[in-house]
Amino acid sequence: MDQLLQHLVNTLILGGTYALLGIGLTLIFGIMNVVNFTHGALYTMGAYLMYLAVTALGLGFFLALPAAILGGLVLGAAIEFVLLRPLRGSDIDTTMLVMIGAGIVLQSGTLWVFGGVAKSVPTPFPDAPLHLGPVSVSWLRLFVLGAALALIGLTYGLINRTRLGLAMRATFQDHDTAALMGVNVRLIYTATFAIGSSLAAAAGALLGPVYVVFPQMGGLAELKAFAIVILGGLGNITGAAIGGFILALAEELGAGYISSGYRDAMGFLIIIAVLAFRPTGLFARAERIG
Amino acid sequence: MISSMDSPPSPILSVEHVGVRFGGLVAIADLHFDVQPGEIVSLIGPNGAGKTTAFNVMTGFLRPSQGVVRFRGTALAGLQPHEIVRLGLSRTFQRTSVFPDDSVLDNVLIGLHRRTPARLLDTLLGRDRASERRLRAEARDLLDRVGLTARADEKAGALAYGEQRLVGVALALATEPAMLLLDEPVSGMNASETRVFVGLIRAIRERGVTILLVEHDMPMVMAVSDRIAVLNYGRLIAQGPPEAIRSDPAVIEAYLGQGSAAREAAMRAAQASPAQTSPAPVSAALEASHA
Amino acid sequence: MTRLLSPALLPPALLPLALLAGLALLPLGLAANPYLLNALITTGILTIGAMSLNLLLGFTGQLSLGHIAFFGIGAYVSALTSLGFDVEIGFGVRVVHEPWPAAFGFLLGVAAAGLCGWLIGRLSFRVRGAYFVIVTISFAEVVRLVALNWVELTQGPLALTGIPALGLGLPGLGSWTLRTKVQNYYLVLAVGTLCYLLIARLVGSRFGRAMRGLKENESLALSVGINATRTLTVAAVISAAMAGAAGSLYAHYLRIIDPDVFLFATTVTMVIMVVGGGKGTLMGPVVGGLVFGLLPVALRPVMAPEAQWIVYGLVLIAILFVMPRGLVPGLAGLIRPRRAAGAPPRPAGDHAGAHAGAHAGAHAGAHPGAHAGARPVEVRS
Repeated sequence: MDQLLQHLVNTLILGGTYALLGIGLTLIFGIMNVVNFTHGALYTMGAYLMYLAVTALGLGFFLALPAAILGGLVLGAAIEFVLLRPLRGSDIDTTMLVMIGAGIVLQSGTLWVFGGVAKSVPTPFPDAPLHLGPVSVSWLRLFVLGAALALIGLTYGLINRTRLGLAMRATFQDHDTAALMGVNVRLIYTATFAIGSSLAAAAGALLGPVYVVFPQMGGLAELKAFAIVILGGLGNITGAAIGGFILALAEELGAGYISSGYRDAMGFLIIIAVLAFRPTGLFARAERIG
Repeated sequence: MISSMDSPPSPILSVEHVGVRFGGLVAIADLHFDVQPGEIVSLIGPNGAGKTTAFNVMTGFLRPSQGVVRFRGTALAGLQPHEIVRLGLSRTFQRTSVFPDDSVLDNVLIGLHRRTPARLLDTLLGRDRASERRLRAEARDLLDRVGLTARADEKAGALAYGEQRLVGVALALATEPAMLLLDEPVSGMNASETRVFVGLIRAIRERGVTILLVEHDMPMVMAVSDRIAVLNYGRLIAQGPPEAIRSDPAVIEAYLGQGSAAREAAMRAAQASPAQTSPAPVSAALEASHA
Repeated sequence: MTRLLSPALLPPALLPLALLAGLALLPLGLAANPYLLNALITTGILTIGAMSLNLLLGFTGQLSLGHIAFFGIGAYVSALTSLGFDVEIGFGVRVVHEPWPAAFGFLLGVAAAGLCGWLIGRLSFRVRGAYFVIVTISFAEVVRLVALNWVELTQGPLALTGIPALGLGLPGLGSWTLRTKVQNYYLVLAVGTLCYLLIARLVGSRFGRAMRGLKENESLALSVGINATRTLTVAAVISAAMAGAAGSLYAHYLRIIDPDVFLFATTVTMVIMVVGGGKGTLMGPVVGGLVFGLLPVALRPVMAPEAQWIVYGLVLIAILFVMPRGLVPGLAGLIRPRRAAGAPPRPAGDHAGAHAGAHAGAHAGAHPGAHAGARPVEVRS
């Protein structure tokens, strides 16, 4: 029982960052119809930016986090502007392959610059965990959960409460009509990709200090983000948020009760099961036809 | 239904109380009609009346929310499009009627898919030479029938719009249908191409193929149809021979409700040619309503 | 003009023959350069993988980003068949397998990969597109994790070692075990040629036409009676089986495999070979395979492996921007206009498009209603 409680707490903490990853990816897919294969690289970049900001720049942990997120935002905007904007209108396979190419460049670039040795990010939190009855949580993880939830809330607010969010939702519905209504669709695409990227970078910046930072960390994170997005239904933001927590739960329970070696397989088994039984994701509404 | 009195007892196609809803939107409310073997029937109606939706239900691209379509006595419920074709019910498409990146001849060869045995092993061992040769001859034959022989080696996507519709017809004929559904076959054709096409439709019927078509070109519909069925708001509002439809008040009302342009056109036509038999107000209104 | 000469299948049959002859003669000059021979063999194996990927990506339009799973399954099944194993599969049941000749391993590897292709095809062709991409990636990851964690069977990260070399036996003539690089080179060349011929025959046949039909206009293909699920599943099975064959060759050539054969990067390499060479053409993956397979050989003296990958990524992006159809169609397009200069201008590409557009426009003027009923997605009406 105590073990289960501990797993549930871990789920909550892992799920928050997974949700961030998933929301970023699903936002980009839903609005731009781009399967973003730079998502993992941006997650890695977020972690390295965090590392650099804390160690090289000496910004301090709490200032480094927004700096890393901002870095993801800028990098995302640059990728969209240079690579995706000229390809608007080409088929989804082409953009997907260009994104794969960009992902390779980013990941190999990281490896080239920083080398393959994992780095750890120093944090200001005490090493002793917080004991809450039978479960124990490190202060760092608790902060990660809080920050992830805050960022999810911020994203929701942005999409549902701001003019930019309104324009994004309009573009999501129908980009041609949105363009006719005076929405600057090109700007919305850049903004969407930048925001999605910054969420990936945020996830990396939050989980980097929890684990270690290394160039290949994004590969698995990216695949997990795909699992989350499929689980929630492509383009479904709330679905992705819930999907993040479900994946975390499956991983925690899988690692705890089956075998820790198969922790990372859970996401993919979920994908395969979802597609076998409910191809539109768990939370899809009746699809609109015509 | 007037026509069922003197027609043979077993229709080739019967649409029985079919309804289609998308969420709250009713595309077809309750559609009920028959087509007899050897007939040329036109399905007409204003935009959004549910004509293409009806085609999609008949050919398995859409599941009806209610009702059933029978073809030669077989209920089509639950059958996939490719299974329905095998029963002898074939269709053309309104806009994308070709495989754009292939030559016209290759288009028809793709269309002849069902006409050779499905033996993958023979292909891999190179034992399909004879059947491939036969297929090529058949494809050339079909192109000849629709008058596209001269275009055989051109890329289908590069053909003029009207010629693409002809490729579409050749593809449908390649499946050896007992009945053919034509979705706006003459849209994009000029007057002389349309005249040739009417001849083609008649020739196809001569070979015993029943034809149901959706079309907006009213002179063409009036000229070619044995019978016309009129849809509005997903419901059949009239059916009968062209002459009866031309003066049917419900039909006139349906088309006049379309808007001021249509109404004016109808009135102009009515005033200008009271004695003329064609085009009657309906035809004019029909034409104008799609402008 | 042969019947393979529809525009999608350029270039003419002469080029593949010349290339084959060149590749067959190559070892005569290279026997003294094992490094280059080794690079050619691994390039050849990856090229077979790329050809199999092209069958799906190029001819049916389905992007399999987990293609390495079929390759790896072929490698592991083939290796385990020829090495033998002794594992407990739960409930006290032990499965013991005595080593079989490597040739059986090859056949079983091909069959097992084909079976997995069938499973993946059944599962995912209902959803297609982005979903298919993600299902295939997921499948590859699951298989990799199994290879990593089922240590009793696969030795996990410790790798399967001592995999026997493939042997060729002809009744009455004795048998040979292919140990040298030159022998393996010719084996890979032979299997590659066979796969090429198989694919050429397939895409030029009724089955290939069904695949093209589905790719170009799925609704229309269905309406002429093409069974989409069956066609795509068969394509997936053949594609996966070929990838399995490549994997088996890989295992018996290197004589050692570990879970790293499932690396996503290898799939990406194959994708680059296909897209760079020209997807949907017969020669595309061959040319792309040779160019991108040997690129590291050219880059190795001048830069570090990480930098090589950066170049790879940049080259992929550059190709998609500059020559989106790939090297083979791109270069063929450069040559053709010159060849056709004497002939009357025939509509090709843009010119024809403009012509058709003008034509349709003129008709639209004559028939004001012509396009009024047009809807964006036909079957949805």
